[in-house]
Amino acid sequence: MFENIFRYRGGRYLWWSLILVIISVGLYTSHSAANPPSGSSWQGYTLGTLGALLIVWLSWLGVRKRSYKSTMGTVQGWTSAHIYLGTAVLIIGSLHSAMEFGWNVHTVAYVLMCLVIFSGFYGLHVYINYPHSLAENRRGGSRQTLFAELYDLNTRGLALVGNCSADLQGAISSSIERTAIGGGVLAQLFAKDNSLVATDAGKPAPNKDQQYVVDLVAERIPKAERAAEAVALEEMLSLLCRRQTILRRIRRDIQLEGWLRVWLYVHVPLTIALIVALIVHIISTFIYW
Amino acid sequence: MEGANQAQAAADFEVAIVGSGPAGLSAAGRAQFHDAQNGLTAPSYVLLEGFNAPAKTIQQYQKGKHVMAEPGFLDLRSDFDFQAGTRESILGEWQTSLEAQGVNIRYGADVTQVSRQGDVFQLACADGSRLTARSVILAMGTAGNPRKLGVDGENLPQIQYQLDDPDAYSDEVIVVVGAGDAAIENAIALSHHNEVVIVNRRDEFSRAKDGNLNAVLAAINDPKNKFSCLYETNVLRVEENAEGDIPITIWFETPDGEKAVPCHRVIARLGGIPPRKFVESIGVEFPNARPDAVPELSSTYESNVPGVYVIGALAGCPLIKQAMNQGHDVIEFIRGNLIKPADHPLLEYQFHMMPFMREVDELLELFQQRIPMFRELNTLNFRELIIESNVLVSYAEGPMHQEAQTKLDTLLGQLQDKDPQPRTARIIEEGAYLYQQGDYATSFFTIVEGEVIIEDGHGEVLRTLGRGEFFGEGSLISGQARKETARAGSGCILIESPRRTMVKLMNSNEEVRAGIDWIFIVRELQRHFAPEATFQQLRDIAQNTPIREFKAGEVVYRQGEDGASMHLMRSGSVNLSRSTDDGPPVLVAELRAGELFGQMSLMGDPSRRESAVASVASETIEIDRTQFLALIELNEAGVASLQQQVSSQALALSQMEVRTESTGVMQFLMNNGLGEATDALLIDERLCVGCDNCEKACAETHDGISRLDRSAGPSFAYIHIPISCRHCEHPHCMKDCPPNAINRGLDGEVFIDDTCIGCGNCEANCPYDVIKMSYPAPKKPGLFSWMLFGRGDGPGEVEGFEPDDTAKASGKRAVKCDACMNQPGGPACVAACPTGAAKRLSPEQFIRLVD
Repeated sequence: MFENIFRYRGGRYLWWSLILVIISVGLYTSHSAANPPSGSSWQGYTLGTLGALLIVWLSWLGVRKRSYKSTMGTVQGWTSAHIYLGTAVLIIGSLHSAMEFGWNVHTVAYVLMCLVIFSGFYGLHVYINYPHSLAENRRGGSRQTLFAELYDLNTRGLALVGNCSADLQGAISSSIERTAIGGGVLAQLFAKDNSLVATDAGKPAPNKDQQYVVDLVAERIPKAERAAEAVALEEMLSLLCRRQTILRRIRRDIQLEGWLRVWLYVHVPLTIALIVALIVHIISTFIYW
Repeated sequence: MEGANQAQAAADFEVAIVGSGPAGLSAAGRAQFHDAQNGLTAPSYVLLEGFNAPAKTIQQYQKGKHVMAEPGFLDLRSDFDFQAGTRESILGEWQTSLEAQGVNIRYGADVTQVSRQGDVFQLACADGSRLTARSVILAMGTAGNPRKLGVDGENLPQIQYQLDDPDAYSDEVIVVVGAGDAAIENAIALSHHNEVVIVNRRDEFSRAKDGNLNAVLAAINDPKNKFSCLYETNVLRVEENAEGDIPITIWFETPDGEKAVPCHRVIARLGGIPPRKFVESIGVEFPNARPDAVPELSSTYESNVPGVYVIGALAGCPLIKQAMNQGHDVIEFIRGNLIKPADHPLLEYQFHMMPFMREVDELLELFQQRIPMFRELNTLNFRELIIESNVLVSYAEGPMHQEAQTKLDTLLGQLQDKDPQPRTARIIEEGAYLYQQGDYATSFFTIVEGEVIIEDGHGEVLRTLGRGEFFGEGSLISGQARKETARAGSGCILIESPRRTMVKLMNSNEEVRAGIDWIFIVRELQRHFAPEATFQQLRDIAQNTPIREFKAGEVVYRQGEDGASMHLMRSGSVNLSRSTDDGPPVLVAELRAGELFGQMSLMGDPSRRESAVASVASETIEIDRTQFLALIELNEAGVASLQQQVSSQALALSQMEVRTESTGVMQFLMNNGLGEATDALLIDERLCVGCDNCEKACAETHDGISRLDRSAGPSFAYIHIPISCRHCEHPHCMKDCPPNAINRGLDGEVFIDDTCIGCGNCEANCPYDVIKMSYPAPKKPGLFSWMLFGRGDGPGEVEGFEPDDTAKASGKRAVKCDACMNQPGGPACVAACPTGAAKRLSPEQFIRLVD
């Protein structure tokens, strides 16, 4: 029923790309000793034109994706073609370059092209693999339901804390109040946990993954003086462990969604830079004909 | 008024008008006009209003609500003016006219009893006052009076039965009594600035919509809110406090004993008392016990009690303009002036293409006589039926057809300036399709003249129908696409009635309901068991096969029971599930209208091999052994094919039983109401990257407002059901749309047209929360302005956008998915998904989800 971007229409654009690549390799091998491989042979110009046209078309996905009334195929079809033809451009561009590199604007364009394509590969990797992990991590719910559960656990935890001994009360309620989620871009992408907990020493201690407070409560259970206290502590421990799991899921959710989005902040600006470099490359080629 | 002086001797007034809504006001205005014309000093009429201002229902609209003047093609005929505008401007205008005209209105006159005393009526009011009148006009609408607390102190000034503006109160302790949507919405709105206690008689909020339920539970659990709930609690009394800042104390009976809450205000939202009981106490009869039944009335709005007239919403006309016209006309009728009603021209347009010249009233009578099912209908209902329908006239190709077309074009030319255009007669060519197999049309046809040919999908003629017969009832009842094709034969005159009109008619008229139900059964039996049998042969069988109704979740039969009947699905969806010793029951089939189940018990082992449960409100035709044998006798050759069906169904069920992944997903879909879906948006979570391009596409193709919420909604086994319209077989949203603005497209799309008045009924009626009320979104700069120069917010709905002044003036309208019926590229949400995660699926495709 559902098919991923690789399998779109039986991988139709894979075949298109293969044909393009075969033709390009054919063109490249038609170089002779009198006409050695180069970007400025007629084969080189042809490959360059083809590559440039493909790059322009590939960038056009950004427009097509937002042309919501367009009847020109579906965005999924365009994306599938974007992936296969984008990969083909790597080969076509390399053949066009004929491996003639130097400290010049032409090589800048080539390097940018490679960066764009490799960032695209990374994007493809996250698009193919992360949604699955994201869904698995959410267990049929959504980020909203995860937060709702956390909120519920916080409320219950703060209500239960009254049954614990005075020194634990401060630690537990501060651990709930000083739980840190998210933060800057890096904190989100690497699921940093800067949670803290108040201690007797006065200076708050790190409470990464809530481990500090979980251990604190677990240690106390065998030392409980009354049966009622032991019950309260066990109840609290189970709540804190549940909370630990939910927090892990929330951080994982933020992390996965972050990676799903962040690569485009590399891919798109690099594409713009590539187009600029490409224009400079083409103009300079014609000036120094 | 002739004889008015004589009448005054016997009765206080000629006419007493009960209720000062649009209908009552307009009636009073007309009566006042005649009094003024006749130079009467003492008024011949009285307008009685229980509230302290006219038009209570409109007074209770929220502040600044835009009130629309639908239907646009109907002219207003009233001494009061009425144009679309804000609640305040309309009420202000009426108040001014009321005073300027010197209308004889009595406020606080809550009529509790009307009784006949000789040839006059005596009206008794709640305050003990009495008066007499020769005629009584009932115009008090259907909203009813709010139910009171029913305890001591219920009339204290701090006790309110409505809430106009929650922001008018702050820093108060407010007790809200009630557990319905109104109570919850009020309580939540008040809790922003006040301390709120909500009082629920039960131990949960079972009557509330899901959205409100979640909101109230969240509010109760939020420690930051001063919002609490008393469950299983009844109000005992309310007392005034002798001293202190807090004016009253409300006493409760709670599970923990008596409890007192001092408070500033009590808002009681306990629903309304429908006025039907009161109307019946006067002797006015209703055709049946259905809650939406309307009293039977003559063409002059007179009920079965001579001298008692019913107009407005109570007479089944919920629109303001119609009600005002009726108010005007009823006074004329009472005065013996049989004017043509304001909607008379609408009938002329419908009858414009008749091949013979007759007066409108004559034609109405002729039509009604020709159709047996409509003969018993009262004239007013039949009139309404014609106005709301289309009259189709067929002409053979040639000069007659051209001439008719020219005549119609001239009429359409004359009506060009009317916006929107009123419905007119339509011309069809002989042999043209009225509908084709697979069309999602739910209109109902009756044949006044000529014949209609019914064909199967391959063009094979199944039967020919003639004068007085009807067709199209199958889709009307099942909500599914047409199963057959209908073509106009020669010399056709047809009435094509929309679904809403027919539903209203079936609910208010037993003959029409019985007639349609009976034909439906006969045709279904014919289709499934005995295609060659005649109606006469099937008549008795049809009379002995009852229609069974099941609520969502109700069991039709259980696995292991001995069965003695089979079921033919009429509407809704029934799930068959099997239990095995070592696991929970698995769903093995989902059945929709037109499908058979439970045949095995009549054709083999009587023991039921699976349980059958309705997943949504459903109806079946139950066929017992006797009727089944009678059907078999009519068509012995058909037994083999029935046996074949049973055998393939048994095979399919057993195969499905072992495919646990599919059965789990199917069960999930059914639990979430997809049993009544015709076209549902589903998302494969393994492919969805969360880019929300689907929502952006929806907004960009629908005036900047998205009709879908991707991330909300339930998920199971990687299948996610976002909040988006499922285009139900029997759309809940269509249920009570005053201007009939919700329609179904030929491909099944349920959409809202421009006549929406923004009342919000559809939003409240949709169980899946897919309709929202929204102002039109402001225009945005183009895509390239945004991409290249960063102008505007980019594609998609701007969250919390500020509507411009024109948008605010035109008011909120209901918006919902229309399945992109006008988009050549198909549903934009699906076309715009970069990874292929979003798909719109029909019910037949659900089962293949896991393949």
